[in-house]
Amino acid sequence: MALLLPLLCSPEAFCRHNHSAGPHPVAGPENSAENMTIKPYTILYKEQLSASVFLMRIQAPHIAAERRPGQFILLSINHEYGERIPLTIADADTAEGSITIIFQAVGFTTKQLAQLPVGAELAVLLGPLGRPTHIEKLGHVVCVGGGVGIAPLHPIAKAFKQAGNRLTCILGARSRELIILEKQFTALADELIICTDDGSAGRKALVTEPLQELCQSAQKPDQVVAIGPPVMMKFCVETVRPFDVPIVVSLNTIMVDGTGMCGGCRVTVGGETKFVCVDGPEFDGLKVDFDGMIRRLQAYRSQERRMDEGHECKLSKLEQR
Amino acid sequence: MSEVDNAALQTQAESLLQNLKEKNFQLRGPERMAIPSQPMPAQDPQVRRHNISEVALGYTPAQAMVEANRCLQCKNQPCVEGCPVRLPIRDFISHIAVGEFAEAIALIKESSLLPAVCGRVCPQETQCQVHCTLGKALKDINKSVAIGRLERFAADWERAQGAAKLPECQPDTGKKVAVIGSGPAGLAVAADCRRAGHSVTVFEAFHKFGGVMLYGIPEFRLPKAIVEAEVETLRQMGVELIPNFLVGRTRSLQALLEQDGYDAAFIGIGAGLPNFMGIEGENLVGVFSANEYLTRANLLKAYQRGVAATPIVEAKRVAVLGGGNVAMDAARTALRLGAEEVHLIYRRSEKEMPARAEEVSHAKEEGVQFHLLRNAKRILGNEQGFVTALECLCYELGEPDASGRRSPVAVPGSEYILPVDAVIVAIGNSSNPLIQQTTKGLQFNRRGNLVCTEDGRTSLEKVFAGGDIVLGAATVILAMGQGRRAAAAINEMLAE
Repeated sequence: MALLLPLLCSPEAFCRHNHSAGPHPVAGPENSAENMTIKPYTILYKEQLSASVFLMRIQAPHIAAERRPGQFILLSINHEYGERIPLTIADADTAEGSITIIFQAVGFTTKQLAQLPVGAELAVLLGPLGRPTHIEKLGHVVCVGGGVGIAPLHPIAKAFKQAGNRLTCILGARSRELIILEKQFTALADELIICTDDGSAGRKALVTEPLQELCQSAQKPDQVVAIGPPVMMKFCVETVRPFDVPIVVSLNTIMVDGTGMCGGCRVTVGGETKFVCVDGPEFDGLKVDFDGMIRRLQAYRSQERRMDEGHECKLSKLEQR
Repeated sequence: MSEVDNAALQTQAESLLQNLKEKNFQLRGPERMAIPSQPMPAQDPQVRRHNISEVALGYTPAQAMVEANRCLQCKNQPCVEGCPVRLPIRDFISHIAVGEFAEAIALIKESSLLPAVCGRVCPQETQCQVHCTLGKALKDINKSVAIGRLERFAADWERAQGAAKLPECQPDTGKKVAVIGSGPAGLAVAADCRRAGHSVTVFEAFHKFGGVMLYGIPEFRLPKAIVEAEVETLRQMGVELIPNFLVGRTRSLQALLEQDGYDAAFIGIGAGLPNFMGIEGENLVGVFSANEYLTRANLLKAYQRGVAATPIVEAKRVAVLGGGNVAMDAARTALRLGAEEVHLIYRRSEKEMPARAEEVSHAKEEGVQFHLLRNAKRILGNEQGFVTALECLCYELGEPDASGRRSPVAVPGSEYILPVDAVIVAIGNSSNPLIQQTTKGLQFNRRGNLVCTEDGRTSLEKVFAGGDIVLGAATVILAMGQGRRAAAAINEMLAE
């Protein structure tokens, strides 16, 4: 059934050589010479993967060259008044000098980012940040991704596969249209399990169900990597805990500078305060205080809602004129 | 100080200046000593606590000339001994005294690259002014010649004249210098190495240049336009400035030296890892490092609510933990962001406070409530994880410790609850582990500070360092002084 799903993220999006065939071509062959002088932070390609999920390829040669699986960037879309937000790197193309980000338009900045057209320049793009994922041959690696967390999981899963691991991937989302990168994971994983809350694709289950089954099976994972909403990661951790299976989670917290300077991203790991930006973003899931982290993510919820309302309000006024 | 007072100060200065002119500025020592010291015009505390404009308004030319005439022009220049960059204080003041402002600033700029900044934020009362003969003679350090204010006046005067004169640069040497970090140390290195004819690139992790002068020190103490003007001068001198570039992550230090052709590198990345207290409740929502709070407010302009996209806590009752300049900056920023009460909690007494006396008195005038000999014991929160109160513990002063300061001793059973909805932790910074994580061969001490020689050489060849990453949390002027020494060593090395 899973294989019959529509392709929600075209493979072209990940490869510059075909990008003019994508839904938002950035440059035809006639002006490809201009590619040499494309300004940094220019949006080269944009694709809407679902109602609220977007993929963008952004010119950033330095980041493309240096980034490794597990790392993230920090961006802002307004030099004077922008908010700096962290986003994980889904992929990079060193030949083109670009990175791929996949994000959900949920916050003030991500919603505005989603409105930017191909050719627009971001105001700030800093990275690659954080410690890269520790990749080695461990045996059977299970990668669990939820929602847009599937995007940063991809380079990590790929690296584990390339290191010679047997790879099982579990992708979960509320419904079929929110499962992204299915094609890429199908090509990559030895086994791919898709779960949706409403059963519109794959199993009607939470990702923890197949994860538990794997832990109970003869193919007990040697390593689990879980990336997704905090609650999903929390329950993945609780699922594997009784089986003594190591689990790495990648945390996405509120950040300002992304370089260790502000401590806004701090979480409690094994009773100690850690900074996600310089100590993470990946931590031993068994030690993370998820409840504390989830509470800290609420910090600006009410202000954000107000910014949103204020923003929509201004737009509607403009439209009235 | 109200506008009326400021006008009165000016009237008084003009009349004093008239007398000085009649004497053709020829005064005997006792006459100079009799000139009243000129207070700094300032915004009224009740007005300024609601705005972010600069608090200290700066001397008028008349006030500056009168103040400069208080200087006794000592032969031995004790004030210069107290200055980390050995500014020719006596001589620039002698120019201001007779209205030769252009000459004054030209002289200052031979030694200091950031006079408009240093004139504002240097702790003159513990550096130059503490040695002032006049202050000693009058038995009051507050009556020393106002060296900082005069330095600021000269720099502001020049900026008001329009384009400042660009320092001359030697012919291109073909050598390349990488400067990592654009704070006071880095900018000093950039200027000095560029003047020697080297090609200089400054790499900054933030999207704007100036380091702590931009993200940390608030607008009301150091207007950002001043820092931007200094950065613009460097740009015009031909220094290349690259933002959003984190050396160690965007590119390694080794790659800069071995692959990108840099002949030398200077690390001036500051002490950028905020310390927390390690007490219960510190990860509740509403607890911030001063770095985070100030960066949101200053660099990201969160004080412009509705315009800036960066949110900042909307707290009515704020507690600030610490007694340094950063604590004062955070407390005063909280007032400006609409806090009704700001409580500053400091473990020792006011005498031990590391903050400048001027900042302490400004904070008090604006209504910051000082809780001295108190310390935070734990932070209390509600079910949603938001801060609701601070539990404080009282202290008393015991015997002097190794630093000579009387160390505070807890009074058992003296706990009390202070209801607050935000807590800002301003108890200093440790050094950022990033460069250590990503650069092999650099030697660090136990506290994570870079180990280097007097002239800034690190354990790695071609790599120099200075500022807070070497000193631990220090001052703009000390960072600049270190930068200048390292630049001299770099220039010497590249000349070989």
